[in-house]
Amino acid sequence: MEHLELFFKSIFIDNMVFATFLGMCSYLAVSKKVATAVGLGAAVIFVLAVTVPLNWLLDQYILKDGALVWLGEEYAEYDLSFLSFIMFIATIATMVQLVEIIVEKFSPSLYNSLGIFLPLIAVNCAILGGSLFMQSREIPTLGLSLTYGVGSGIGWFLAILAIAAIREKIRYSSVPPALRGLGITFIITGLMAIGFMSFGGMLTGGDEEKKEQPTVEAKLDKKELNVETAKEIIADNTNINQ
Amino acid sequence: MGLLSKKDTLLLTDPLADNNPITIQVLGICSALAITAELKASIVMAISVMFVLGLGNVVISLMRNIIPSKIRIIVQLIVVATLVIIVDLVLKAFAYELSKTLSVFVGLIITNCIIMGRFEAFALGNGPWRSFLDGIGNAVGYGVILIAVGFFRELLGSGTLLGFKVLGDPIEKTGLYAIGYENNGFMLLSPMALIVVGIIIWIQRTKNTALIEEN
Repeated sequence: MEHLELFFKSIFIDNMVFATFLGMCSYLAVSKKVATAVGLGAAVIFVLAVTVPLNWLLDQYILKDGALVWLGEEYAEYDLSFLSFIMFIATIATMVQLVEIIVEKFSPSLYNSLGIFLPLIAVNCAILGGSLFMQSREIPTLGLSLTYGVGSGIGWFLAILAIAAIREKIRYSSVPPALRGLGITFIITGLMAIGFMSFGGMLTGGDEEKKEQPTVEAKLDKKELNVETAKEIIADNTNINQ
Repeated sequence: MGLLSKKDTLLLTDPLADNNPITIQVLGICSALAITAELKASIVMAISVMFVLGLGNVVISLMRNIIPSKIRIIVQLIVVATLVIIVDLVLKAFAYELSKTLSVFVGLIITNCIIMGRFEAFALGNGPWRSFLDGIGNAVGYGVILIAVGFFRELLGSGTLLGFKVLGDPIEKTGLYAIGYENNGFMLLSPMALIVVGIIIWIQRTKNTALIEEN
């Protein structure tokens, strides 16, 4: 349940592109065709799914305040969290290189479709942002951090897929010349972000049990009401109808 | 000939308008939009980027002949990350509240495409002094857009500028509020940042028709 909630939350409510504007550069630059957008989106999901859990381990066992305690009691006072930027980005850059090599070796067809995008991804804000948000939101377990990574990746994928599809269609409309290209893309993204804000009420987080009870009571009340005052209501209705 | 030759001046002024990093080169939008709900945060962000880009360009330019081209991305990332850590620690020490508002977006300066973009496009092929000017020029071009967006969003969204109530007090109904003006709370929500930038691009391209894109 926890996993499912975090999963949907990271896709829709905290969508990387629409809620926090992460990865906008490649989002705007690579969204002219659906096919390339799909390639980049898949690569982002893949890399996020690898780097977020990895950086979670780094954060938990090396960087956090007192995380070095597993080395011995005397290390308990060390707080290396100021190093997290440099550690995270180094992990990401290394992982991207590693993933590129592995994919090239084992699946040349996947490499051909993802390959050109992988180096781009090392400097994609969405990847570093995923790790930094993982750190600042204090995600508690390794499993949840994996869910968070995959979820935000899918959110980003959905966003770039949607904008690429819209941009392919909008080519045939008569946009004012000065707005063509970048301008209209910005405005469409803004409108899409407003649309995604409506997902904000989807999960209220952890209070489902409390909510169920009042609704049941309300139903009971209604039934009693119906039995007792049915005639009155009918009478009222007929009055109104007249 | 003073300190700046004609070519050097161009390095500084070109990114302000016709080659603006945000509206023309489409770089550095990632960390720019989320923090522009307040003018103060935009200004601090602009200054931080100026520091990182100016110094980073110089460092990369000094090292350009000894960096093996295969691992240059990692080298660049490490240089930026070091500079950003400095910015982050300084902000935490002297402006703690503000560093809370900016939260992860200070860290995201590392992957701000402007920085990598200028390293790749300029600092790797030019001397330190020119790279420095290029860095400052681009950071100012970035800052101008950031501050413009922050200005409109704070003014229309909360009726304040840098925290001062320039339009009067909404509760006591003074100033503009006396004649029925209301704040547009919508401007404070993140999607409006995109739309404001879209409008800035629109205005800029209407003025300079050479910048209009094909499709």
